[in-house]
Amino acid sequence: MADVRAEMSGVLSAWKVAVGDAVAAGQEIGVMESMKMEIPIAAPAAGTVTELRAGAGDFVQEGDTIAVIGA
Amino acid sequence: MSEAAELDRALAAEAARIRAGGAPHYHERLKAAGKLHARERLRLLLDEDPAFEDGLFARADQPELPADAVVTGVGRVGGRPVAFMAADATVKAGSWGALTVEKILRIQETAQRLRIPIVYLVDSAGARITDQVAMFPGRRHAGRIFHNQVQMSGQVPQVAILFGPSPAGAAYVPAFCDLVIMVDKNANASLGSPRMAEMVIGEKVTLEEMGGARMHCTRSGLGDLLAADEAEAIAACRRYLSYMPAHWQEEAPGAAPVAPAPGPSLAEIVPADQNRPFDMRGVIDRLVDAGSWFEVKELFAPELLTGLARIEGRAVGIVANQSKVKGGTLFVDSSDKGARFVTLCNAFGIPLVFLCDVPGFMIGSRVEQQGIIRHGAKLVAAVSEAVVPKICIIVRKCYGAGLYAMAGPAFEPDATLALPTAQIAVMGPEAAVNAVYANKIAALPEGERPAYVRQLQDEYRADIDVVRLASEGIVDHIVPFDALREETARRLAIYATKAVPVPTRRAAVRPV
Repeated sequence: MADVRAEMSGVLSAWKVAVGDAVAAGQEIGVMESMKMEIPIAAPAAGTVTELRAGAGDFVQEGDTIAVIGA
Repeated sequence: MSEAAELDRALAAEAARIRAGGAPHYHERLKAAGKLHARERLRLLLDEDPAFEDGLFARADQPELPADAVVTGVGRVGGRPVAFMAADATVKAGSWGALTVEKILRIQETAQRLRIPIVYLVDSAGARITDQVAMFPGRRHAGRIFHNQVQMSGQVPQVAILFGPSPAGAAYVPAFCDLVIMVDKNANASLGSPRMAEMVIGEKVTLEEMGGARMHCTRSGLGDLLAADEAEAIAACRRYLSYMPAHWQEEAPGAAPVAPAPGPSLAEIVPADQNRPFDMRGVIDRLVDAGSWFEVKELFAPELLTGLARIEGRAVGIVANQSKVKGGTLFVDSSDKGARFVTLCNAFGIPLVFLCDVPGFMIGSRVEQQGIIRHGAKLVAAVSEAVVPKICIIVRKCYGAGLYAMAGPAFEPDATLALPTAQIAVMGPEAAVNAVYANKIAALPEGERPAYVRQLQDEYRADIDVVRLASEGIVDHIVPFDALREETARRLAIYATKAVPVPTRRAAVRPV
């Protein structure tokens, strides 16, 4: 199991995956916006998306777990 | 055999015994860990045998202490003299006794006197507790090693290669070096061992988590380069020294110019959409001689790239915002990283090229609590203090104090050059329009707002457009994408005579 953590504080723009989707390590699974920049969110490990904890428009703090990838 | 010949033979046998280091089973233990002996490491580091070695017979009266666990001397790297101290982990685990420390002090003083670089090949258990009164507290004891390092800093290059442990006080050897290379899985530096941490503070932690090479190269920032094995670490050290002068008053050595590696043009690499991330390494590839990019702290705070390179054979230091990571925003770690690298280049007379594409320093409560202002000030101060040639290249946006951190016009760059995609402003159009016109926008019926916002943003964009900035004298020149390398190279060749007096004072009160 791997936590997807926000690498910086900002607002979640959109997920590119849904719960249940299989993802590869390093795959871009979502985008957030911070400092007016598009910040890609990468999967830290391969697996299946088990949780998406933040929704589009939510503020997330650096280090927050925003999704979980299961084995 | 004459008596003299007999003495000569006995001496040769004694020297051979000492050169062999510790007992065979300690050598086997090294080999099992993928490690080389101190003398094998020196063979890889130096062009040939050392020019000389001092203190070979230190502690010759103690059979279990060959050379007192350290090899010190001077050899050549790339034809140029370099001093070295190499811990011998087969002798008392490379620990420091009285003569070990004295030998290290003497080779440091030799390097300082001869004005040549010094390489510390570290693989040591630290202080030899049984000898502590003779090596720890006194004037010419272990503390003096660090004092010497601090005094030599900026006079001669100092490099540490960590092959194994560097515990407790010895952990400061890398801390005071200019460049720290760590061998993955074997190198380790921590003030207290995991066993000590469990005893004293109750923490259970592995050696790797506590002070492993990867941790230091990715998180703490103590390590500059993570090497897969010892040979790679030593090759990196040789390569690093090829960019460095022997001492601060010498010019950095040049090399034959090499054309940049082939690849897409800058106009293809740099997106005009300011908010879209791209890989700044592509810009560096077009700017520098092929194969000359030597990245420093690649794994630490990767939103800022720092590294040595060559442009038409001339050594340069490059500081570049990497929008691919965290949008290229400056954080506390990237500020420290930049400050440290700029200081290094300034100390050794290496010109600096800044490639700017920065949305600013990160904002928000999290980074304010981490001290983003204080850390950012270190970078701004280092850039301000740098008296080497500085070229500020505005690749895309340069917003807010990001402009200061990247050697913007007020920080005495020799030139501020702009690419056609450049923008300089307090903040970007989106943020600025919102900051200035929020009330006006809110007062409009909802349907009319988007068009009004778009119009305001377009007006704002025109105001920070690069031609407008050049017409006001903010940037010195606008450079077409394809001319950037040539323009930079021509300027660097001319700026080589730059001489700026350093302000007279005892010391600046630097932000730390």
